[in-house]
Amino acid sequence: MHNPQLNSDGKLSHLLSIEGLPKAILTQILDTAASFMGVSSREVKKVPLLRGKSVFNLFFENSTRTRTTFEIAAKRLSADVINLDINKSSTAKGETLLDTIDNLCAMDANLFVVRHASSGAPYLIADHLRRIGRNDIHVVNAGDGRHAHPTQGLLDMYTIRHYKQDFTQLRVAIVGDILHSRVARSDIHALTTLGVPEVRAIGPETLLPKHLDKLGVQVFHDMEEGLKDCDVVIMLRLQNERMNGALLPSAGEYFRHYGLTPQKLALAKPDAIVMHPGPMNRGVEIHSAVADGPQAVILPQVTFGIAVRMAVMSIVAGNS
Amino acid sequence: MQIEIKNGRLIDPKNTVDRENTSLFIANGKIAGIGSAPAGFVADEVIDASGCIVCPGLIDLAARLNSIEAELAAAVAGGVTSVVVPPDADPPLDEPELADRLVHRGEEIGKARVLPLGALTLGLKGERLAELAGLKKAGCVAFSQASKPVIDTEALLRAMEYAATFGYAVWLQPQDHWLAKNGIAHEGEVASRLGLAGIPVAAETIAIATFVQLVRDTGCRLHLTRLSSAAGVALLKQAQAEGLPISFDVGIHHLLLTDNDIGYFNPHARFTPPLRTQGDREALSQAAAAGLAAICSDHTPVGADDKLLPFGEAKPGATGLELLLPLTLKWAEAAGVPLASALARITCDPAAVLGLDAGHLAEGAAADVCVFNPDSTWVVTPEALKSRGKNTPWQGYPLAGKVVATVVGGRRAY
Repeated sequence: MHNPQLNSDGKLSHLLSIEGLPKAILTQILDTAASFMGVSSREVKKVPLLRGKSVFNLFFENSTRTRTTFEIAAKRLSADVINLDINKSSTAKGETLLDTIDNLCAMDANLFVVRHASSGAPYLIADHLRRIGRNDIHVVNAGDGRHAHPTQGLLDMYTIRHYKQDFTQLRVAIVGDILHSRVARSDIHALTTLGVPEVRAIGPETLLPKHLDKLGVQVFHDMEEGLKDCDVVIMLRLQNERMNGALLPSAGEYFRHYGLTPQKLALAKPDAIVMHPGPMNRGVEIHSAVADGPQAVILPQVTFGIAVRMAVMSIVAGNS
Repeated sequence: MQIEIKNGRLIDPKNTVDRENTSLFIANGKIAGIGSAPAGFVADEVIDASGCIVCPGLIDLAARLNSIEAELAAAVAGGVTSVVVPPDADPPLDEPELADRLVHRGEEIGKARVLPLGALTLGLKGERLAELAGLKKAGCVAFSQASKPVIDTEALLRAMEYAATFGYAVWLQPQDHWLAKNGIAHEGEVASRLGLAGIPVAAETIAIATFVQLVRDTGCRLHLTRLSSAAGVALLKQAQAEGLPISFDVGIHHLLLTDNDIGYFNPHARFTPPLRTQGDREALSQAAAAGLAAICSDHTPVGADDKLLPFGEAKPGATGLELLLPLTLKWAEAAGVPLASALARITCDPAAVLGLDAGHLAEGAAADVCVFNPDSTWVVTPEALKSRGKNTPWQGYPLAGKVVATVVGGRRAY
């Protein structure tokens, strides 16, 4: 089946998911991001790569952090940025997702950054653009349902490469609500593609998708066992609505079993880094002493995220 | 009207007839002769079936008729002479008057026969019984919840007791409400990868286990619709071996597709129940090949706007009336099922589920006949389909098997 992210030359035209992307493209994005790291420290924080282009941030689901970093990234590439928060009520008025897209195409959009609550929504948009012959318009997935959050996955890889250099010697643990996490899925695909030999998933059975082993992941229910000798620990956010119900009895019990405390972190390698996609629930999935501790690289992740998003946008826009 | 269908290969699975170059004679709405014309027969119309197969008209155990004229035209274009209509229309078919109107409208249109299923409960809400006897009198052939659940097990027990009192059959789709309510795809590797909420196989097996026990307790005649899993098939084999009055069917798409066909979130691969794994598909295929399950189209016309949505928001289902025959042929070829046996699954087997003397071509039987060319290939396009529903995972595919004539009650309907 044709990979809808790649154009006929095998180049990245849309970034929809990490899954199915060759290692070379992931490395190209990380290398390009590295070249943009200097831009942020300049007095004039701009490069002219997307000058005259319009980037539409289409957020069908709320987000402040991701939208802001995409906006900053687009502006540093000299693009015009238009932010559209399209909540459910406006689509309920009768305009379908694809009607919205058609309208924005008529406004000469060049790139859509899409966040949507339904898994697969950016694929629908990319497929629509192909069918209407607009191969000059690109889609970057900024998070779709539980499916993928590829720029988060890439910025996580950037962070890991920054601190650990070589992917092929690492043991990486992803902890928490993997079932509902698009970040976890993107991280898993990115880690396995980049050659990480051991990817672990740690969580209770209620928060793990079925057949995770088929994605090349080792499952642990006991966090202490799972963290042993890890180089990287990626903590996931636990959504409020999952805390008290059929999935988990309480935030307190979750923290006792799956919260990252200094004691549990001590089981990982002494130089292990701790990552989190944010926003954090202190005292639920992570203890403040860890979040603010020397091993946490949570704020650098945010900084790297801007360079990674610049890299992604400039690469897809360059493949028109 | 007297019709002669000549030069065709006559296949009548129920009566184990398979004869080349055999004429079929139709008079007064009935089969009047096979091979040789009855005395004094003069044909008003002769249909040349050279190179074609002449078989009983197809009986489709599930077809939704959102726009009834177009869908009944689609039925006969697909060789379907009787359609069973599930009660999940708008409004639900829960009053005798609604059933009466549907049957009469079908007769007026004069294409395929319309066999409605009455709602088992008012509004399909699973709470209060509908007027089953009144619905039966108005033409309902059995009672169903379509794909809606009866959550309250006591209400289901009472409904089955009441139906058993009158000897009515109840049709239910086995999907546990609680396990299926948030799901959009089979809970397996594909759903995990794509981040789609899963429906576990247990949603089907738990419902089957409950239904089987209630059949044991009530003696109600039960037909289970749209099986989706190997485990479900295994449970039903046991129940049938026990001698319980339980039959089941499978949608044609579940014999040909799996959850892998969701690909990159293809909304045309969204079905209720969901497409499951290769192993499930094989078990369903074996059950159908062995004659344990009838095959239906589960025809569900869905407007383009309701499919051009992200996978989880798209309406489930596919158009099917015009694809049932070619897809059944495709399945038979792939599964190594003899042609006559495959045709039984869509003719006499559904008739048996309905308890009707139909779906065969014995002398004196109603003249519901399908004539098709098994070698004629056509490409599935919106224009090629008479149904308003253009929603199909087979868009753009060439399929073998083209209907050239359909006779319903002795009249040429296509």
